[in-house]
Amino acid sequence: MKYGVIKILLNALLLSAFGEIEKEYVQSIPGTQEKIAMAFIPGGAFTMGSEKSEQGHFGDEGPQHQVEIDPFWMGKFEITWDLYELFVARNIDGKQPQKLAGDEVNIDVDGVSGATQPYTEMSFGMGVEGYPAICMTQLAAAKFCEWLSAMTGNFYRLPTEAEWEYACRAGTKTAYSFGDDPADLHIYGWYEGNSDGAYHQVGQKKPNPWGLYDMHGNVSEWTLDKYVPTVYKPRKRKTVSNPLQKPTKTYPRVVRGGAWSDKASRLRSATRRPSSKKWKKRDPQIPKSLWWHTDAPFVGFRVVRPMKTPTPEEQKQYWN
Amino acid sequence: MKSKQDNGLSRRNFVKNSTLATTGLLSASLPVGAMAHVNGDKKLKVALVGCGGRGTGAIVQALQADENTKLVAMADAFQDKVEKSLKAVQEHFDGVKKIKLNPKHQFSGFDAYKKAIDMADVVILTTPPGFRPYHFEYAINNGKHVFMEKPVATDPVGVRKVLEVARKAREKKLNVVVGLQRHYQKKYIDLYEKIKAGKIGRITGGQVYWNSPGVWVRERQPGQTEMEYQMRNWYYFNWLCGDHILEQHIHNIDVANWFIGGYPAQAQGMGGRQVRNGKDHGEIFDHHFVEFTYDSGAIISSQCRHQRGCMRRVDENLQGTEGSVQSRKGTLIDLDGNEMYKYKSDALNEPNPYQVEHDRLFASIRNGGVIADAENGAKSTLTAIMGRMATYSGKVITWDQAMNSDLQIMPETVDWNSNPPTMPDSNGMYPIPTPGITEF
Repeated sequence: MKYGVIKILLNALLLSAFGEIEKEYVQSIPGTQEKIAMAFIPGGAFTMGSEKSEQGHFGDEGPQHQVEIDPFWMGKFEITWDLYELFVARNIDGKQPQKLAGDEVNIDVDGVSGATQPYTEMSFGMGVEGYPAICMTQLAAAKFCEWLSAMTGNFYRLPTEAEWEYACRAGTKTAYSFGDDPADLHIYGWYEGNSDGAYHQVGQKKPNPWGLYDMHGNVSEWTLDKYVPTVYKPRKRKTVSNPLQKPTKTYPRVVRGGAWSDKASRLRSATRRPSSKKWKKRDPQIPKSLWWHTDAPFVGFRVVRPMKTPTPEEQKQYWN
Repeated sequence: MKSKQDNGLSRRNFVKNSTLATTGLLSASLPVGAMAHVNGDKKLKVALVGCGGRGTGAIVQALQADENTKLVAMADAFQDKVEKSLKAVQEHFDGVKKIKLNPKHQFSGFDAYKKAIDMADVVILTTPPGFRPYHFEYAINNGKHVFMEKPVATDPVGVRKVLEVARKAREKKLNVVVGLQRHYQKKYIDLYEKIKAGKIGRITGGQVYWNSPGVWVRERQPGQTEMEYQMRNWYYFNWLCGDHILEQHIHNIDVANWFIGGYPAQAQGMGGRQVRNGKDHGEIFDHHFVEFTYDSGAIISSQCRHQRGCMRRVDENLQGTEGSVQSRKGTLIDLDGNEMYKYKSDALNEPNPYQVEHDRLFASIRNGGVIADAENGAKSTLTAIMGRMATYSGKVITWDQAMNSDLQIMPETVDWNSNPPTMPDSNGMYPIPTPGITEF
C-alpha cells in the first residue's frame, strides 16, 4: 500500500515534470490525411470489477479490488477501417520517417509483418468510411500498433484489461460511466437495442467523462490480457499495480466494452468477454487465418501510448 | 452398368497400375449398384487434388464429416504445396487423430491428380478452376464421389464438359457436391423456402454484389518460368481463374439463379481495369457491371469490384411482385417497406456451411443417395462467364451463344515446358480484353 502511495506521488512528479505532454494530442501518419485523436488518461487508482449486486454481474467480474494505473494516452475512437486498411494495404510504408534520437521506437516498418488480404469481405457490408474496423485477430491488432509505431516514432500498443476498464470508468463506480440505468445507454453507445443489426460510425454518441467515445458498445475492443475467469481472486484485499495476464495460448484472450450485437448488460464497464476458436468457424481455409476472425464482426480495438516508454525488448513483447 | 467381367479387368489393372496391394482399394470399381450397400460401413478413402488453403480446409472437413474416413493421397502441381498442406492437416488433428500419408502418395505435377484420384473413393477437387473439368471427368469416369469447389470451369468448352460428366455421374449414382456453400447455409435455405412459398411473389428484379478490396497477389520470384509464375499467381490469369466475376462473384449470381429458379437469357455489361492494373495483376479486370435478363423479364444487376478504399458489399437483394428479400440482413420486406420477416441469426452456434457440405456428402454416400450439384454448378459458372464475355466484348451475349461458344481459354494439356496461353510483352504487361475490340 505504502509503495502504491509513493508511486502515485512519483507519477504526479513525473507528470508535472513533463508538463506540456499531459495533454491530448492528434497523431498524424506520414503519407495519409488520416489521424488518430489521443486523450490523456492521468495515472491513478480505481476499483476494478463489479459487485455481486450489480445488475448483469457475472462471476468473472469479482471480487472487486484496487488497481493502480500509470498514465497513458488512449485513442478517443475505435480504429476505423480507413486507418486499418492502411496497415492491410501497406502502400504508404515508403513514407516512414527517419527515426530520431528522441523517438520512442527505433524499428523499420519493413520488418513489421503484414496482415493478409482476406478472401471474404470483412466489413459485412456495414460500412467502411468512418466505421470501426472489425474481425481482426488480437495478433493483427497488435501488429497494427507495431506498424503505427514504426510509421510515427511513438510507441503504441493495445491497452491492458485494467487500463481499459480504468479508462472506461473514467472515475465512475457505476455499472456504466454514465450511471446504473441501461435506459440511458442509447445516449452513449450502440447495442442490440438501437444498432439495427450493424455497427455505426465512431464518435456518434456522447463520450465518457474522459472524452473517450464508444467505450460502451459499437464494437468490443481487444486488450492484451489472457482471459482468466478467476484472475481477480488472488488480488482480493490487495492493491495491484498495472496488472497484465500475459497470454501463453491463442485462446482465450479478453475483449471489453460489448458490441452492437450485445444486450445492454454486456456493455457494462466491468464486463469481460473471452475470445474463442469459434470466431474463426467459417474461415474456409486451413490453416485458419492468423489475421482474421471470419465470425467476429463485433470485435475491434483502440490503441494506447503509455507515458513511460518501455525498452525495445519489452516493446516487442507487446506486439507479438 | 459394368459387367462382372469388366470389373474383374479394371480391378486387376487398377492394382497393377497403382502398384498397390492394399485391401479395400478395390471397392471403387465394384458395380455401382453394389456400391451403396458396401458403403454402409466401409472405410472411405479420400484424396485431395489441389493443396492450397481452401483445399486443405476441405480435406479437413471431409475427414471430420465421417468417422470412418482415411486420407490416402494428396496431389498438387507443386510439391511444396503438398507438404505444407499435409503438415497443416496433421496439426489440425493433433491430439485427435494421427494423420499419416506415405510420401509415395504425395503426388506433384500436372498429372498428379490421376494418381491421387485412382487411390480414392471420394475426391476433393480444389485446384484453380481452369483444371476442374478435366479433373472432374477423370474422377467420374473412374467411379469416384466428388466434392469440387466453385467455379467448375473458366470457359464454355469446360462448362459443356462438366455438364456432360454431370449426366454421367447421375447415371453412375455418384454424389457430387459443389462448393456453392450458400446452398448449405441455414440462412439462405430458410430465405429460399420463404421465397418458394411465395412470400415475396414472383421475382421481377434484383441486385447482387461482391465489392471488396480484392484478394492476395503473389509476386514473381527470380528463376521462375512464366508457367510457374502464373500457376502461383493464378488469380490474375483467366485460363486458371476466369476473372473475379466468376471466381468470387459466382456466389451472388448463383443466389439470383437459385431464388429466381432459372438462368438468364442474356447479359450485357461493362467493366475494366482502372486501379489494380500493374504487372503483378495479370490480365483480369478490377470491376464488372452486368445486367442479366431472365426469360420472365426479370433483370438482375450484378456488380463486382476489387478496388481499395471504396464501398464494400457482398450481398443479394431481390424484388418480387409482393415484396423483397435482403439476404445479408436476412429480411423480407413488404411493398410498403415494412419488415415481414427476419431470419434470427446465431452465427457462432449455427452449423458451418463449409462443414455441412461434407457432412451431407458423406451421409449421402453412406445412405446410397445421390447429390447432384454439378449441373447447377456448371450453369451458374456459365452465367458468370456470360457476364465476363459481355464486359470483355461490350456486346449482348445470349445464353445460347455462351452455351454453344467455342471459346476455350484453358488448354487441353499443360506441362512445365509449355507456355501459358497468355504471355507478357517486353514490359511485363499482358494483353487486356478491350470492349468493342475483343471478340467473344
